[in-house]
Amino acid sequence: MLAYTIYLSFAGALLLAVLPKRLHAVARVIALLVALCGLAVALAGFISAGTQGPVAVANLPWIPAMGIHYTLEADGISRVLVLLTGLAAVAGILFSWNIGDKTDDRANEFFAFFLALIGGVYGVFLSVDLFLLFVFYEIAIVPKYFLIAIWGSTRREYGAMKLALYSFAGSAMVLIGLLTAYAVVGGQTGNYSMNLHTLAQYHFSTSFQMWAFPLVFTGFAILAGMWPFHTWAPTGHVAAPTAASMLLAGVVMKLGAYGCLRVAMTVFPHGLDPWGFSFLGIDSWRTVFGLFAVIGIVYGATVALVQNDFKFVIGYSSVSHMGLVLLGLLTLTQIGIDGAVLQMFSHGILAGLLFATVGRIVYERTHTRDLALLNKLQLSKAMPFAAWLFVIAGMASMGLPGFSGFVAEVQVLIGAWEAFPWFAAIAGLGIVIGVAYTWRAMQRVFFSDHPAVTADGTPVPIPEYEPVTWAEKAGVILLAGTSLLIGVYPRLLLDVIAPAVQALPHALLTGGRQ
Amino acid sequence: MIAFASNPVNYSNLFAITLPETILEVVSLLVLIVDLAWLRRSSQAVRMAWACALGVLGCAASAAWLAAHPSLSALDGNILVATPLVAAAQIGILVLSALVLVLSFKAEFSRNPGEFSAIVLLATTGMLLVAAARDLQVIFVALELLSLSLYVLTAFAKRSAQSAEAALKYYLFGGMSAALMLFGFSYLYGLTGTTSLEGIAASLAAQPLSPLLIVAFVLVSAGLGFKVAAVPFHLWAPDTYQGAPAPVTALIASGSKVASFAVLVALTSAIIPPDAHLHAASWAVLLLWMAAGSIILGNLAALVQTSVRRLLAYSAIAHAGYMLLGIAANTPQSGAAVLYYALTYALTTVGAFGVIGIVERSAGTDRMDAFAGLSRRNPLLAATMFLFLLSLAGIPPLVGFWAKFNLFVAVLRAGTLGMSGLILVAVAIAASAVSLYYYLQVMKRMYVFAPVRHEPVPISFIELATLALIALAVFALGIFPAALSNWIPLG
Repeated sequence: MLAYTIYLSFAGALLLAVLPKRLHAVARVIALLVALCGLAVALAGFISAGTQGPVAVANLPWIPAMGIHYTLEADGISRVLVLLTGLAAVAGILFSWNIGDKTDDRANEFFAFFLALIGGVYGVFLSVDLFLLFVFYEIAIVPKYFLIAIWGSTRREYGAMKLALYSFAGSAMVLIGLLTAYAVVGGQTGNYSMNLHTLAQYHFSTSFQMWAFPLVFTGFAILAGMWPFHTWAPTGHVAAPTAASMLLAGVVMKLGAYGCLRVAMTVFPHGLDPWGFSFLGIDSWRTVFGLFAVIGIVYGATVALVQNDFKFVIGYSSVSHMGLVLLGLLTLTQIGIDGAVLQMFSHGILAGLLFATVGRIVYERTHTRDLALLNKLQLSKAMPFAAWLFVIAGMASMGLPGFSGFVAEVQVLIGAWEAFPWFAAIAGLGIVIGVAYTWRAMQRVFFSDHPAVTADGTPVPIPEYEPVTWAEKAGVILLAGTSLLIGVYPRLLLDVIAPAVQALPHALLTGGRQ
Repeated sequence: MIAFASNPVNYSNLFAITLPETILEVVSLLVLIVDLAWLRRSSQAVRMAWACALGVLGCAASAAWLAAHPSLSALDGNILVATPLVAAAQIGILVLSALVLVLSFKAEFSRNPGEFSAIVLLATTGMLLVAAARDLQVIFVALELLSLSLYVLTAFAKRSAQSAEAALKYYLFGGMSAALMLFGFSYLYGLTGTTSLEGIAASLAAQPLSPLLIVAFVLVSAGLGFKVAAVPFHLWAPDTYQGAPAPVTALIASGSKVASFAVLVALTSAIIPPDAHLHAASWAVLLLWMAAGSIILGNLAALVQTSVRRLLAYSAIAHAGYMLLGIAANTPQSGAAVLYYALTYALTTVGAFGVIGIVERSAGTDRMDAFAGLSRRNPLLAATMFLFLLSLAGIPPLVGFWAKFNLFVAVLRAGTLGMSGLILVAVAIAASAVSLYYYLQVMKRMYVFAPVRHEPVPISFIELATLALIALAVFALGIFPAALSNWIPLG
């Protein structure tokens, strides 16, 4: 059933691509309906599967001669992320409801690219045949370029091209690793296959895993915004139109983290083993990438602290939060990986909410993202809705109890404490800086320190902005409600994630490590 | 020679096996007669349409005959063979030539439509023979038939100085490399005493690697490297691609490439006998260096082009590099993979040059800026070009991705190249990530930039239908890559 999320999205994209131009106002309605259907399917699949293990979704021979099958399967991790994709898609369309007001918005194309991207993302999360996963992964990259380059803002062509090239560099690395693994397995067993389970059961020689693992892991981690390959993320996020930023931070970066776990770590678990020597305390790829993740957490947060563009603040905060996801994965503990997956979901929701506040609700009305300029606008009075919203989203994002971010971050930190205590301490520092940059942005933007009265005693006029639309409200309720729901009752997701993490290959969780 | 002397030729067999070529020859004469006798007073457009229509019919008849008789016995002494793989290449070549002719229906570069169509058919004859030939003499003669036809076609836009320059360059480089190749063939003959590839394989397997043999290899690689535009014999390609009329460029980039790669596969399996590692080392090393040079130089040079034709010329050099990897691997699988790649690449390129021809007709130039805002001036045309470029860049789920994947897997599976194979595949994959940059440059113009002029780009129904058909094929083959496996096995 979950496979229909993919087909619906692609069918919707195709429909919108051939839709006559004069129906530009209908495009968003079609897109919303398609996304809602996708969400309904994802939710139904999520609920009906409950806490059970992997659910087979589809299995058809595709290129039998090459051992490639169209195999879709959804374990707990996949189901959670598919649900996230459905939510992000609906919210993204709600927050782009203004596209289609004018004829020259090219609304049909916008929503066609949007749905094509969504379809690819669904596909990645559901694929078990790694070849299929790679195909969907690449399908998701191309629309991103056009979404940003056509409908973006600040330095959009630069941001779009940078993002596309980083993504393709990453996927080239992944492809090299996968192809070699495919050739090795086929050459040794005579049975060519790209099936994840087959590859995970095959014992690649440790020396092979030692170079294949970092290659594939880095390839995917580029898209997850791992330091020092994160530079595409802030520029891309800033350049992108709101809906695309929401998708980028919300689901596309998750594709990278998901690939790290599902492909790199599952197929090449012994790549995480110690090298047998230590250099400056670094003794395995696991510590290398763990270190990168921790640097990402602190670096992203610190840079966010000094940004003057509102969107850059959120862009760098994404780098920081995704660092937590990677750190959680690399702890190789049940609780750490649980937390990482939950953090993927939580950050997907919260980043969407933050980008929507910044890009759609504030920027579309004030036409500036400069913190100093926004500071003069008395926004807490002019836009109380936006101010409240950012306070809530910011609190959730900085990890306040009661929201989804808290549960996830605590679990990651506990896992990290078991695995690498020093990193956990530094990551904790990053979270503290996270409070600081959120606070700073909140205060600068919404709670003006300019006097409310001028020198001669007359009150400064409060600028008037167009009222908040129903679509914006609906999107906010959807995202904020989800975050709150998961924060209050995290078992809703954790009960699904935990068995799936437990079912990860034994070698991944223990391997040759002590 | 020796083969002919010992066995009298069986003419009925010769006729049966060369019937497709014969059909093309007859039709090409017919086109000339019809054009001269009946259409002399008709308008230019009518004459072009008739000439191209007849040519398409000829290709179709020839392809139908091939499809109906998939397996034939080879000509005595294996001078010409008719395996299923050769038949697949030949049918592919005929389809490509037919598409080129269909896309020339509205072309206005020539005042001699009959001659144009006839020479395209002659070139196609040459391609068919090249693909089937397994004897040095036949290979050489067929390659010359192909090359001479292409030289003439390149110069066909008589009013364009660029066309003349392109043809002269093409001719000078081509003549030189043909001479080198012939010289190399003579060494091979001298060393082995036979011109048949089978005999050469048997003889080379029994003799050590001599300096003379290396000289022969280098000379032969110069000739064939020229045909496939591999570094360092690629210098003609950008100028010729730019100067020749668009349909002719499409022909040079498609059918001619397929034929040349088919013969290169056959020649390589003869020169590298199964157990002779010594020979393998020298010839394969030669091919690998050419491959590496082509992949790197082609992709890097394409980055800075502003003319779309030159861009595709450099990308063609890069694609030739990928295919040379497959040839160097030298297994039946990699041979089939090269053919699959060559055919699908050629199909996509024909489509791309079809679009370029139409844009050029309306803008008068093939500079990238001519494509600005194409998605708004003609959405369908832009969409087809979008698919062609993505397929060339190797983005799934389009056929270009499968071709690359299949080829690289075949190279890795072969194991004949060892570590250097793995490294070059890695380089090739990395380079195709780079290639996305320049394909995006064109796509960016089409979709992101605002149009300079706003009137729609005119396009005739037949052109649009053909391009849509090619785009559909590129897409459908991407979704069902195994659809061709009855002709060309995947994996």
